[in-house]
Amino acid sequence: MQKSVLRIGAGSGMSDDRIPPAVELIERGALDYVCCECLAERTIAREALDRSRNPGLGFTPSMLERMEAILPPSRAHGVRIVSNMGAANPLGAARALLAAAPGWGVPDLSCAVLLGDDVTDLLRDHAGLTLMEDGAPLESILPRMASANAYLGADGVARALDTGAQVVITGRVADPSLFLGPMLHHFGWAYDDWDRLAAGTLAGHMLECTGQLTGGCFADPGMKEVEDLAGLGYPFVDVTADGAITLGKTPGSGGRLDRATCTEQILYEMHDPAAYITPDCVLDITDVDFAQEAADRVRVIGARARPRTATYKVVVGYFDGYIGCGEMSYAGINAVARAKLAIEVVKERLRRRGFVYSEMRCDLIGMNSLHGEDGRPRPEPYEVRLRIAARTDSRKAAEAVGAEVRGNHMQGPGSAGGGINFGAREILAVKSVLLPREKVRTEVVLEGVR
Amino acid sequence: MSRRVYDLGHARAGDKGNTSNISVTAYNEAAWQVLRAKLTEAQVLAAFRHLTPGPVRRYELPKLRALNFVIENALGGGVTRSLAIDPHGKGLSSLLLTIELPD
Repeated sequence: MQKSVLRIGAGSGMSDDRIPPAVELIERGALDYVCCECLAERTIAREALDRSRNPGLGFTPSMLERMEAILPPSRAHGVRIVSNMGAANPLGAARALLAAAPGWGVPDLSCAVLLGDDVTDLLRDHAGLTLMEDGAPLESILPRMASANAYLGADGVARALDTGAQVVITGRVADPSLFLGPMLHHFGWAYDDWDRLAAGTLAGHMLECTGQLTGGCFADPGMKEVEDLAGLGYPFVDVTADGAITLGKTPGSGGRLDRATCTEQILYEMHDPAAYITPDCVLDITDVDFAQEAADRVRVIGARARPRTATYKVVVGYFDGYIGCGEMSYAGINAVARAKLAIEVVKERLRRRGFVYSEMRCDLIGMNSLHGEDGRPRPEPYEVRLRIAARTDSRKAAEAVGAEVRGNHMQGPGSAGGGINFGAREILAVKSVLLPREKVRTEVVLEGVR
Repeated sequence: MSRRVYDLGHARAGDKGNTSNISVTAYNEAAWQVLRAKLTEAQVLAAFRHLTPGPVRRYELPKLRALNFVIENALGGGVTRSLAIDPHGKGLSSLLLTIELPD
């Protein structure tokens, strides 16, 4: 019999999100599903690079560590797992998982894989598409393209769940769609039932950053208190067949779930609140309100949605040169002047070595690294940390930046401490295009026990 | 009544590409009335002008007593290529809270 209230938990909000709260939620939260979101905008480009070097890699590097922690308790408590940890290689992820699971006491695992988000080859035939960021043609970055992935929707996730597999692995899927997928599958909601898609999409949006809903990214001592922040619990949503949604969190965990935390999270990464575009619908939260039903229990009302757009958003990762970086600290009398002299010394040494940088940034951590210099007078700090970062197409020039910063230990202004050379980092930047939906073919493949 | 945004509301910053969005949620109804009337796009742009030429767009959510500011070109070229120590601009919410509102 179909359960009348479906409970879906948030198990991860980024690839290196904390694992213990996910285990607690699975063990104590009476979940039906746990969704683990693990892909930032550019991570998939890096993982595509891994795959190109080793065809068995390319999924989220922490996948096996996370799965080892959450799969056995999920099995014990009857919780199904949905995750985009497949990244650039969902099939490879499933096979690696199936190979490892028997060693964790799960010998008979089944895993459904959603394919089709990787549109790298398709895009080569659509060089005329317009980049959303700057209006330039896709052609301008095609020669440097590392990856291209469409944000797929909840329909594909639901189809993967229809196989009955305990675990669903995807590549790029829009974050809220990971959560809407189990609702579509469980309740059989029509994919044009906009009121329910609105509710499910909003629930997913609220949950997708785990602890940011329950008191993380929130506390400000004296102004905004969070009880037992160290024991911050992850959230879940209770959904009914008619699309009523109520948020909760792991019983007995730390943190808080109330109007204030919900309001911060509903607007997180949102632009026009009347038009939050996902692959499933265009969500409108302008009429949303929160009702505190009990301690750490919040009802969410008033989500609306309009029909989805005719396109998928595609994130294109491309090689964009190198960034070199180094840091050094100064303290005590005249510390800021010594740090400023060190900046000039590093710049001049790099210049005399013939290195050229398209962009360079010099920060004094403790003074201007986060908020910049807005012209308002500020007291000089007792300690200051110099940071220099620069962009270049030359790896050698990038490597020289941190080396020259660190060289200030012996050959710069006096009393320089704690120098670090961060070396050179190859940059995978991202831009986006819109691709007509009908160009994208998705497919569900079942791996493991059938 | 204090006119520092920090004392009237709390804030969170998010990122998409080279755009930062910062929400400001009022602590109470009186604070909401002040924020709604005084914390304008121009006020926010003035506080961020050393970081971005803008534009800044403001959205109102009266039921939540919240404002959402969308600040374009504020993230040093975008999260993936910025040279900044905080490429996501997570710390920019606390810059917005330093704004002093005019009477």
